[in-house]
Amino acid sequence: MATAFAPTKLTATLPLHGSQENRLVLPIRLAPHSSFLGSTRSLTLHSSRRLNHAHATRRSPPVVGVQEVVKEKKSINSLLITKEEGLVLYEDMILGRSFEDMCAQMYYRGKMFGFVHLYNGQEAVSTGFIKLLTKSDSVVSTYRDHVHALSKGVSARAVMSELFGKVTGCCRGQGGSMHMFSKEHNMLGGFAFIGEGIPVATGAAFSSKYRRDVLKQDCEDVTVAFFGDGTCNNGQFYECLNMAALWKLPIIFVVENNLWAIGMSHLRATSDPEIWKKGPAFGMPGVHVDGMDVLKVREVAKEAVTRARRGEGPTLVECETYRFRGHSLADPDELRDAAEKAKYAARDPIAALKKYLIENKLVKEAELKSIEKKIDELVEEAVEFADASPQPGRSQLLENVFADPKGFGIGPDGRYRCEDPKFTEGTAQV
Amino acid sequence: MSSIIHGPGAATALSTFNPVDSKKLTNLSVRSQRYIVAGSDASKKKSFGSSLTVRHSQKLIPNAAAVATKKEADTSASTGHELLLFEALQEGLEEEMDRDANVCVMGEDVGHYGGSYKVTKGLADKFGDLRVLDTPICENAFTGMAIGAAMTGLRPVIEGMNMGFLLLAFNQISNNCGMLHYTSGGQFTIPVVIRGPGGVGRQLGAEHSQRLESYFQSIPGIQMVACSTPYNAKGLMKAAIRSENPVILFEHVLLYNLKEKIPDEDYICNLEEAEMVRPGEHITILTYSRMRYHVMQAAKTLVNKGYDPEVIDIRSLKPFDLHTIGNSVKKTHRVLIVEECMRTGGIGASLTAAINENFHDYLDAPVMCLSSQDVPTPYAGTLEEWTVVQPAQIVTAVEQLCQ
Repeated sequence: MATAFAPTKLTATLPLHGSQENRLVLPIRLAPHSSFLGSTRSLTLHSSRRLNHAHATRRSPPVVGVQEVVKEKKSINSLLITKEEGLVLYEDMILGRSFEDMCAQMYYRGKMFGFVHLYNGQEAVSTGFIKLLTKSDSVVSTYRDHVHALSKGVSARAVMSELFGKVTGCCRGQGGSMHMFSKEHNMLGGFAFIGEGIPVATGAAFSSKYRRDVLKQDCEDVTVAFFGDGTCNNGQFYECLNMAALWKLPIIFVVENNLWAIGMSHLRATSDPEIWKKGPAFGMPGVHVDGMDVLKVREVAKEAVTRARRGEGPTLVECETYRFRGHSLADPDELRDAAEKAKYAARDPIAALKKYLIENKLVKEAELKSIEKKIDELVEEAVEFADASPQPGRSQLLENVFADPKGFGIGPDGRYRCEDPKFTEGTAQV
Repeated sequence: MSSIIHGPGAATALSTFNPVDSKKLTNLSVRSQRYIVAGSDASKKKSFGSSLTVRHSQKLIPNAAAVATKKEADTSASTGHELLLFEALQEGLEEEMDRDANVCVMGEDVGHYGGSYKVTKGLADKFGDLRVLDTPICENAFTGMAIGAAMTGLRPVIEGMNMGFLLLAFNQISNNCGMLHYTSGGQFTIPVVIRGPGGVGRQLGAEHSQRLESYFQSIPGIQMVACSTPYNAKGLMKAAIRSENPVILFEHVLLYNLKEKIPDEDYICNLEEAEMVRPGEHITILTYSRMRYHVMQAAKTLVNKGYDPEVIDIRSLKPFDLHTIGNSVKKTHRVLIVEECMRTGGIGASLTAAINENFHDYLDAPVMCLSSQDVPTPYAGTLEEWTVVQPAQIVTAVEQLCQ
């Protein structure tokens, strides 16, 4: 059954309060003075709307409207999630938030150094998408990757140790904050330069397709690539949108549009700030969703992931979200308007989910409190573990540069350098 | 260009030749005109029989494309088959694709077009459009895509239609290809091969005549090799594909039509080893890729003048095979490097530093390095000729060093 994400029908605002309305509100486009993108500035409508329409009708089957999916659900029960699902989502978001708060503390205490980019405020995006994935699905992220790693299943201990630069870190202390990798959980990084992870994600999706079509294996793995609004002005993004749509790769491009690239406002950097529109230009559905609402994100994510698994190709999802802290722990965050910050703080995704769960009598407050306590203990334990872990020894210096250490070559004595005992000590001259 | 024949035959002193051990070569008469090409995978020793042909002395046009020469003597009942260098590359690639279903090719025009230098000709018909993938023109993205595919289990061979185009992929090659294995703490391997033609061709203009080996050499975590004969082209291609490390294989635009007879059986060339082209006593000449042929042409003149140069094709640009090179330096005490890279920061510059650092005590003269001029390669034929090293300059340099 074909599904259709018609670009003109997007931004279906799903009522969070479980209202009994079957008809969903559809603010189709931005009105001249809309608060789209949270900006107090008005945006003018472009004639690009017409172009979009034309594109949409020319393209091959888009995905079915979210509203239809939700309608089905609504007829069974009026809630978007079950209690178990709700608790999983809540716990994941609390973990993300607590972990990042702890990171800030640890950074100011001198336990970690360099560039550390925190995810506070954006938890709904990570949780909304990643909690739908299986272990063999892949996630690719940017430097703001701690919470993506945690959502994907990497233990808090491993991530904290990595931040402390210890041997027990997920990358043996060699990656750091911006390079969280986990083969076991298919977390493919962690990239310091923006945009450079998107081709890698495209490659992982290509592998999936290759496995299915060439190796004839049963492979339904999808890849989710997370990146920001600033990246959407980078060539690699467009090159990958093209290839993914061309070959119908099982990938979901998730834009975490938090409106700011360090100190550069998205509106000052982008000719057409509506990023979701760029999807149809390449022949894939583009969806805009409220990224401060985990349930809405999850509904959109379900559709996009299902599309990808069915082999129908990529989706571009723009999540309007906000980071409560500065770009990194070194950023004084002076440029952003206090009113803007307050506006988004009022839309805290964790508070919103809590409210939903309680108002819909899915959970009791005590259960949520116990989750918070559990997570607090988990994060504390992670810090203790990281503190107690050893630093990497000298011997680790030259390991892992090559998968096959013969790559260091043959020394003057005729032996491979990796056979030199000093090599394993890390003191060899290579 | 000459064709070098490996014949079977009765064992002679040469048949116990261990390709890696260059000490045995000193037994050869220095006036001999026999040239032995070392198949340097020691485990697959071939017997270099007595039916080596004498190289045809032929005047070579310096910047002409390499052409096949007439075989001097026919070796009857010869094993092996003759082919051109681009066919050797194709054969190596095809064999590896047959051997391992995870090996795939990505690049511009590699599929239906067969590759702009025909290295992937026929492969798309055989293996399909997904295994031999025609990409859009987006080097950075498709190189990154290959890296992501490699991280998740495939073994892509990326073709840069011209090595110069890989400048657009530098982000991916440096950050991801070279470094990801390390920054992931060893969790992900990137067994990619990046290959393509580079070097100064025939009036291709500055941008199509670049030598990227000098730009890539500092990237940690990658290996670089340069092929120069059909034999080592096939061997290096196969070794690179089988390697777990990311390998950049540099081919040269003007060498694709070299003809040589190569063995029928499966063989690979060791990625980290250099190749002894011509053993000698007086001076060590280190070279790679197309300059090997300029050196060999100069060698003919030098031999006539009474010199005995030892010519080594370094093949492995990163890391350097300091064993083969070192043994040679210890024997001859004089080193001349002939390369096509720019003067500044090229492979020759690094090699000079490495030799001075490791073998300083063995040198009787400073290491001399002949490189291309630090000039964007001009279009005009005369100017182009003067930017690269010519055999006459090599002869002069040797005479100068051997005074």
